[in-house]
Amino acid sequence: MIKRDLVIVGGGPAGLSAAKVALDAGMSVTLIERFNQLGGQLIKQTHKFFGSQLQYAKTRGFDIARILIDDLKGYDDQLEILLDATCVGFYPDKVLTVYQYGKYMKYLGGSVIIATGASEKVLAFENNDLPGIYGAGAIQTLMNIYGIKPGKEVVMVGSGNIGLIVSYQLIQAGVKVKALVEAASTIGGYLVHASKLKRLGVGFLMNTTVKKAIGKDHLEKVVTVKLDDRWQEIPGSESEIDADVLCISVGLSPLHQLLSMAGAHMLDVSELGGLVPKKTCDYETSIDHVYACGDVTGIEEASSAMVEGRICGLMAANHLGFKHPEAQSLEDDLNNQLCVLRQGPCGEKIRCGLKKVGEIYD
Amino acid sequence: MIEKTAVASKEMVRSRFPKDKDVLFRPKAIIECYKEIPCNPCETSCPFHAITIGEDINAIPQIDFDKCTGCGICVHSCPGLAIMVAMIKNGKAYFKVPYELLPIPLVGERWLAVNRNGDVISDCKIEQVMPGRKSTNTTTVVTVSLEQPYLYDFVTIRRPGDE
Ligand SMILES: Cc1cc2nc3c(=O)[nH]c(=O)nc-3n(C[C@H](O)[C@H](O)[C@H](O)COP(=O)(O)OP(=O)(O)OC[C@H]3O[C@@H](n4cnc5c(N)ncnc54)[C@H](O)[C@@H]3O)c2cc1C
Ligand code: SF4
Ligand code: SF4
Repeated sequence: MIKRDLVIVGGGPAGLSAAKVALDAGMSVTLIERFNQLGGQLIKQTHKFFGSQLQYAKTRGFDIARILIDDLKGYDDQLEILLDATCVGFYPDKVLTVYQYGKYMKYLGGSVIIATGASEKVLAFENNDLPGIYGAGAIQTLMNIYGIKPGKEVVMVGSGNIGLIVSYQLIQAGVKVKALVEAASTIGGYLVHASKLKRLGVGFLMNTTVKKAIGKDHLEKVVTVKLDDRWQEIPGSESEIDADVLCISVGLSPLHQLLSMAGAHMLDVSELGGLVPKKTCDYETSIDHVYACGDVTGIEEASSAMVEGRICGLMAANHLGFKHPEAQSLEDDLNNQLCVLRQGPCGEKIRCGLKKVGEIYD
Repeated sequence: MIEKTAVASKEMVRSRFPKDKDVLFRPKAIIECYKEIPCNPCETSCPFHAITIGEDINAIPQIDFDKCTGCGICVHSCPGLAIMVAMIKNGKAYFKVPYELLPIPLVGERWLAVNRNGDVISDCKIEQVMPGRKSTNTTTVVTVSLEQPYLYDFVTIRRPGDE
């Protein structure tokens, strides 16, 4: 069994940020990431990010990942990074099982931070397993990590920020976006993203969903259907769109499995995307010295994931008696950053959800 | 309505331009960021402090046209591609717009002028191209000219031949 002051699962913006602060506080840290590079969702994002300067606004996502990864240089004697390593087991005594290159390893953390992010939701319709039907994350990985175009003509489902951004990236890659289908009557994501698509000639089909996919060996046509205001299909309103790619972007749900497995107290909070851990305002879950941050505690933004990660790193250190040189000022500053990020109308849903899990109060 | 169509109404667009058209004899930034989002690079990038969002970064950016020099720095800083610079000169409308597609236009070419609904409204002349640079993480900004009556309609350019 390998013992560390802190084990972090997930090398996205939340996990990377937590590592940096914990290292500065003097902890020995193991960072476990199942992909072959660090950065989480950020490495697929070619657009400039929102937020304020404190969270690297107007920097492109993959550049933010690089900044966060570079921040971890120079801690060789304190930090161990495991890539291609999946945490497959997590137990209440803070033991973790890690699978890497055909071998299982056991880790014991004085503290553990779970920052596993989220997974994509799927959509049920006839033939939804035809080749050519992807989740938005898969399309981004193909295009922006491997440089492969997913096809020629795409129908996008979902007008949240991810659907809007991936549509834009598809157009940048030279793929035609035939239509953007949205079941609700209003656009879900930021209007500036939607306007960018509209001026490029993308049609928005509101109150519409996908009824079925048609194709022999590969997607050929998408059948859409109109919905009434109670989200019921309107008979006879079907129409066909020729497309070889259907991209589904209907939301994310937190990757809660490790926390559930360890027996952390979980709550189903729709505003946060599904099952999330109950937390104290110190980001500690119901298990002592186990913390969670980023999308696994509620679907939000990289900006807030980074700030939450830093707070978690700080708390994990504090509670084990490691002193970060700027602990108090850092804590105040980080809490203030989160307040600012969440105080507008976009943050309303999050604020409501976080009250339910105990992270924030009225 | 904009929540359903992603197209700003004529009144919304007008509200972002100076009330007095003569102000546009000098270049001014037109900020089309109509909804509150947690974002403020426009404010922090403007060297002349012409844009104000304030402490609550969700507030909608406000511009002071007296301070704006039309330098265009906010155009390539805005992650929402929501800012352009407009000017009127010799009866023509000039715009600096962000452009993130390939190929990048060449100076002197004639491209299509497109409105907020995505329709072609006219053609336009490519006057200047400032390629985005990786080192400074900037977006390519293209200056175009077209007939003045399209002042409130134009929003972006499209390569001729791309429907
Ligand atoms: C298309 C798109 C556009 C976006 N645009 C913006 C934007 O403009 N601004 C913004 O602020 N945010 C944006 N976001 C959101 C942002 O990317 C996420 O909120 C953020 O990445 C969450 O960070 P995280 O660290 O919690 O999770 P992630 O980035 O998802 O990282 C989690 C990491 O954990 C790893 N992992 C999971 N399970 C295990 C396991 N069992 N063992 C080992 N490793 C594991 C994963 O491989 C992953 O690398 C966007 C997201 C998408 C998809
Ligand atoms: S054009 Fe220049 S001066 Fe005007 S608001 Fe933008 S950055 Fe400021
Ligand atoms: S930078 Fe752009 S998207 Fe962000 S607030 Fe300013 S105008 Fe809006």
